[in-house]
Amino acid sequence: MQLTFYIAGAVAIISTIMVITRFNVIHALLYLVVSFMALAVVFFILGAPFAAALEIIIYAGAIVVLIIFVIMMLNLKEEAVDQEKKWLTPDVYVGPAILTIILLSELIYIISLGGASGVVGQVVDVKDVGKSLYGPYILGVELSGMLLMAGIVGAYHLGRKKKKVVHRFLEKIEE
Amino acid sequence: MKLWLIPALPLIGSFILIVAGSRLSKRMVAIVGSGSVGLSALITLFTGYKFISTSATSFHYQAWQWMDVAGFSPAVSFHLDALSLVFIFVITFVGFLIHVYSTEFMADDDGYARFFAYLNLFVCSMLTLVLADNFALLYLGWEGVGLCSYLLIGFWYTEEKNGYAARKAFIVTRVGDTALAIGLFMLFQNFHTLNIQQIAAQAPQQWAVGSETAMVISLLLLGGAVGKSAQLPLQTWLPDAMAGPSPVSALIHAATMVTAGVYLIARTHAIFELAPDALMIVGIIGAATLVLAGFTALTQFDLKRVLAYSTISQIGYMFLALGVSAWSAAIFHFMIHAFFKALLFLAAGAVIMALHHEHDMYKMGGLKKKLPIIYWTFLIGASSLAALPLVTGGFYSKDQILWLSLAGEHGNIWFFLFALLGAFITSIYTFRMLFLTFFGNEKTHVGHIPGNGITIPLLILAGLSTIGGFIELPHSFGHFTVFSNFLNPVLPSVSVQEGFESIEWMIQLIAAGVALSGVYVAYIFYIVKPGLSEELKTSAADLHKFWFNGWGFDSLYDKLFVKPFVFISDINKKDIVDLFYDGLVWISNFFNRIFSYTQSGILRWYIMGIVIGGILLLTLGLIKN
Amino acid sequence: MNEIQVTSGLLLAAALFMLGLIGVLIRRNIIFMLVCVEIMLNSAGLAFIVAGSKWTQPDGQVMFIFILTMAAAEVSVGLALILQIHHQLKTLDGDAANSMRG
Repeated sequence: MQLTFYIAGAVAIISTIMVITRFNVIHALLYLVVSFMALAVVFFILGAPFAAALEIIIYAGAIVVLIIFVIMMLNLKEEAVDQEKKWLTPDVYVGPAILTIILLSELIYIISLGGASGVVGQVVDVKDVGKSLYGPYILGVELSGMLLMAGIVGAYHLGRKKKKVVHRFLEKIEE
Repeated sequence: MKLWLIPALPLIGSFILIVAGSRLSKRMVAIVGSGSVGLSALITLFTGYKFISTSATSFHYQAWQWMDVAGFSPAVSFHLDALSLVFIFVITFVGFLIHVYSTEFMADDDGYARFFAYLNLFVCSMLTLVLADNFALLYLGWEGVGLCSYLLIGFWYTEEKNGYAARKAFIVTRVGDTALAIGLFMLFQNFHTLNIQQIAAQAPQQWAVGSETAMVISLLLLGGAVGKSAQLPLQTWLPDAMAGPSPVSALIHAATMVTAGVYLIARTHAIFELAPDALMIVGIIGAATLVLAGFTALTQFDLKRVLAYSTISQIGYMFLALGVSAWSAAIFHFMIHAFFKALLFLAAGAVIMALHHEHDMYKMGGLKKKLPIIYWTFLIGASSLAALPLVTGGFYSKDQILWLSLAGEHGNIWFFLFALLGAFITSIYTFRMLFLTFFGNEKTHVGHIPGNGITIPLLILAGLSTIGGFIELPHSFGHFTVFSNFLNPVLPSVSVQEGFESIEWMIQLIAAGVALSGVYVAYIFYIVKPGLSEELKTSAADLHKFWFNGWGFDSLYDKLFVKPFVFISDINKKDIVDLFYDGLVWISNFFNRIFSYTQSGILRWYIMGIVIGGILLLTLGLIKN
Repeated sequence: MNEIQVTSGLLLAAALFMLGLIGVLIRRNIIFMLVCVEIMLNSAGLAFIVAGSKWTQPDGQVMFIFILTMAAAEVSVGLALILQIHHQLKTLDGDAANSMRG
């Protein structure tokens, strides 16, 4: 079990690194699917099979497919890859990388202080999650429903290709 | 009891004229303007009749509670006693006559409605001042008349020097007003009330005679009185105040407002009596002022400035009378002075108007035949001012002051000599003015013959200034003391020192002789040998110049206060204190510019900011543990 | 040797979160930024799962589901915005949408 956890973790990290360094969006998304799947394994090992299933269905399935769908709509050409290469230069990533490494090392230090010791792996099955969701968290579920509704309406409103009315935040300053 | 109507009517008139003045016809403006004061004069008459017939000591009327904060509770309430009755009588009647005069005098002026609005407001403030039953309301009236004085001196505001004169009057009197305000604060601190009657009743119990607090408060009140009444050392504003129209000079700067200081001291005589030294200072100021202003009046050539200095001098007499505790004598002189000085100013205004706004006496002359009514009324006024014996009101009032300055319980020989010298000078400059203006050859053509609106008030005032004197006759003839008996409940009578009663007739003889010899001197200099005065002027040119400039007070103040102030403000043009605020502005701008760089609109930089913040927070948390 | 420490799970979450953060910071393409935000959200979900698993409570998974819901809504709106930006500015450069700078 432990070995599987480490392997899956390593796969997740490596594939995530690949995601953020690809020039081609489709390649990056494929690595992203790998990363999500590795995480799903991790979830399973941690005793959350329902979360693992959701991870695959929603993240690796729905969300990634949605993004790919949008990319297809945008109809990106070869120039996009060249553009990405031009954008990703060392003077762009060195600073953020250093900052992030500092932050990471601090986090690692805090975590390894041992404030959160203990063992994980006990299975918490769907039944408990369902009971909890529709018990104490019923308000959260309803709020999530509203959020999704707002998301749908917002996406529809923003996604409309209406020539005349443009969203005021995105109006171009030309002319 | 319609007491409140007396100040309210002019106020209403003023409001009507302010709001609707430009839409009313001149006739309507005149009716509203003088009618309101006329009505309040009628009510005064009615109230006075009731007051005397019921032989009450005071009427009281409370309009409403002004404020009530932590024991400080002045009310808008009026207190009428003999003293204020004399004052409101003079204010409303002389005021009404001057209003009537103004309807003709100001007829061709564009600011007709504005003039009457100010004048009505002034009458209201002055009535509030003298009717107030507490010092807060008195101070309101006090400042109200100051404001109206400012507005009316600068009435013809298109000329710069008029605005300057108005500002000067306002600022110089402000010095005195500040002293008065501090005095009132101290009174409140000591008595926890500003009610005049209560203070007058409590003061003798709280302070011994000669008490230091009483002394300080008296001097502060005196400061206010000196500023308002143009006495030494704050007299410099009054001659310049002649920039206003003549009716204004007559009403405000001769008859009523400038005597507010006399009223204040008479009203607070209970406090002054506890501070004999302060009273002495009042007398000294009066004596010094009357002589100084007299000499200055001798050398002036502007008709109205002569009258202005003579006003200062006559108020000096009133202060002298107050200084020797001759309260009712001061008020008597105030009343007579209001009549004849208003008369003189109005007549001078008529002369000036007739001669196309010519103020220079040396360019006048020979008006005796052209303007007979003006001449005769002016003559009556001048005789009264010069205190020609027996027939003029001024003789009786001034004689009483002369007599009491020597024989009164606080009198002394020096006061008497100064007053006598002043009387001599007074009659010289008065008749110099008369001879220069009305005798000799005609030098300027008479343009405007005054009509009824001007002559009738003059005739009434001439009558008043003559018969007014007979309501108070000295011991030596008749001993007829209606006026001082009337005032006695408010103002205690003064006792005469031992051994002086027998020589009263002698003093009167001396005073009469002095006045007549003054007339004779003027006659010699300006009628018999007109060249003599020029010779004297050139032989003592420096002295003449010194007197002409009012003993150099203006240039002294200019050097002492104005120049240093202008110098300092010149240095401090950019205001050192402002540097601090400019610095604040600069710093805010600086940081604004810096922080506006962070608002690049690039999302990644914002996230970078979040990351840096996160690092800082975590680091802090780690360091703390 | 079959036990997994809480710390290793949290460390994995931290590493993934930082990678997502780096991605957001260094990529100018807004699609990449969106993807990296998804990675960060996902790692946060992982941390919840680890915590829930430690206490053997369902709350961690409940939180994960909420995050998931939020991510789905966010992605849909985000993608609509990307479409609009591309439509308006003819580019996917996130820095180009800076007309609201101070």
